[in-house]
Amino acid sequence: MKQEQILKVEQLVKSYDKNKPVLKDISFCLKKGEVVVIVGPSGCGKSTFLRCINMLEPIDSGTIYFKDQVIRREEKNVHEIRQKIGMVFQSYDLFPHKNIIGNILLAPLKVQKRTKKEVEFEAEVLLDRVGLLDKKEAYPRQLSGGQKQRVAIVRSLMMHPEILLLDEITAALDPEMVREVLQVVLELAKEGNTMVIVTHEMEFAKAVADRVLFMDEGVIVEESTPQEFFHSPKTERAKQFLNTFHYEAI
Amino acid sequence: MDFEFIQSYIPLYVEAAKMTMKISLFGIALATLIGLLCSLIKTLKIPILKSIVIIYIELSRNTPLLIQLFFLYFGLPKIGIVLSSESCAIIGLAFQGGSYMAEAFRTGIDNVAPIQSESGLSLGFTKKQVFLHIVLPQAIATSIPVFCANIIFLIKETSVFSAVALADLMFVAKDLIGIYYKTDEALFMLVIAYLIILLPISLICTWIERRVRYAGFGNTSPVSGN
Repeated sequence: MKQEQILKVEQLVKSYDKNKPVLKDISFCLKKGEVVVIVGPSGCGKSTFLRCINMLEPIDSGTIYFKDQVIRREEKNVHEIRQKIGMVFQSYDLFPHKNIIGNILLAPLKVQKRTKKEVEFEAEVLLDRVGLLDKKEAYPRQLSGGQKQRVAIVRSLMMHPEILLLDEITAALDPEMVREVLQVVLELAKEGNTMVIVTHEMEFAKAVADRVLFMDEGVIVEESTPQEFFHSPKTERAKQFLNTFHYEAI
Repeated sequence: MDFEFIQSYIPLYVEAAKMTMKISLFGIALATLIGLLCSLIKTLKIPILKSIVIIYIELSRNTPLLIQLFFLYFGLPKIGIVLSSESCAIIGLAFQGGSYMAEAFRTGIDNVAPIQSESGLSLGFTKKQVFLHIVLPQAIATSIPVFCANIIFLIKETSVFSAVALADLMFVAKDLIGIYYKTDEALFMLVIAYLIILLPISLICTWIERRVRYAGFGNTSPVSGN
């Protein structure tokens, strides 16, 4: 089966401070239906990489292609491309002034100009799937962190993105809420959604990934299947990183 | 205290109060519009206009309202622009209030977390849509306490308009003092009149502030989820 390439990044360099590049020459390619998990120590540039893909950050050099089309933050059509690249962030980013259904419907109504009846039906189906249909009229502040993140995922899905970027979406959650969110993501993966996931949940990464990227100090150090990466990492740095998740040695 | 005197001049105060409220209403409405426009221009960083806004805000905030009024009332006629007392008062209040309102809204806009804009952008909103649908509603909610304080401040500021012969509350009080030497009575009625206008506004403001505190949309108590 020949899979269509949906995203390609070539020699991406990004720095916040001129002398200290956060991303050094990143090249990456993503196929339709593929789930890529990016792991690595804090500050290695994982989140910045996702933000660059979504054009939230200006880049120093390099090229990003979305389906053979070069995408640039400066282009006029940037908002049209972004509709096809959904993103969920670490901090709960629901709009506090809108209730749950309002949060979910805002973009489909205002950006895509779809009819209210149609999108409301779709929203209810999705909310039901993540088990939050009864929270439809609630406001974000009345929800737990895990519930908010599930709503944020639904809000992204409503735009029918071709790629979903998940930036440490469980990192700010209480442990007991992590599972309910990751379960939703696992289901999305099973359905064949294309996703790039940054996470610190190694067991989840193992379960969901088609491919694992290990980043450190702004470069992709290792790229392999989850089996390979978690059982026999090739590089010393990856081994060290994976060891930090084991407590037997302490 | 001569209560008969007070009683007989109540109608005069009522008329004057109407004038004060009329000027306040138009002046503050205009000030709010100017404030919104200025904060918008500053936020969107529109070149040239942004510099004009900065100059306006500094000029407006750092000169007394009375001087601004004198400029309108005594200065402009010298170049052939003659404005009535009422127009001067409304323009003056709008000019002064605009900068205060602009800063109130500006603070509100700055207080909206950047992640809010980013999640809007990543949903495919344009920058303008993000501002209109996501940033502005939250900014307005957080700027309401300062906005309310500004309203009360500006209504009180109208007391200087008697200097340009506007028949407002202060003007009437000064008049009565000048004609009858009834200083106690005139000032007593003045204080009461301002209280009658301002207290309800102040109470309404407190009520609204309580509603939107912590930008707690959809909830009146400061309880929050995880």
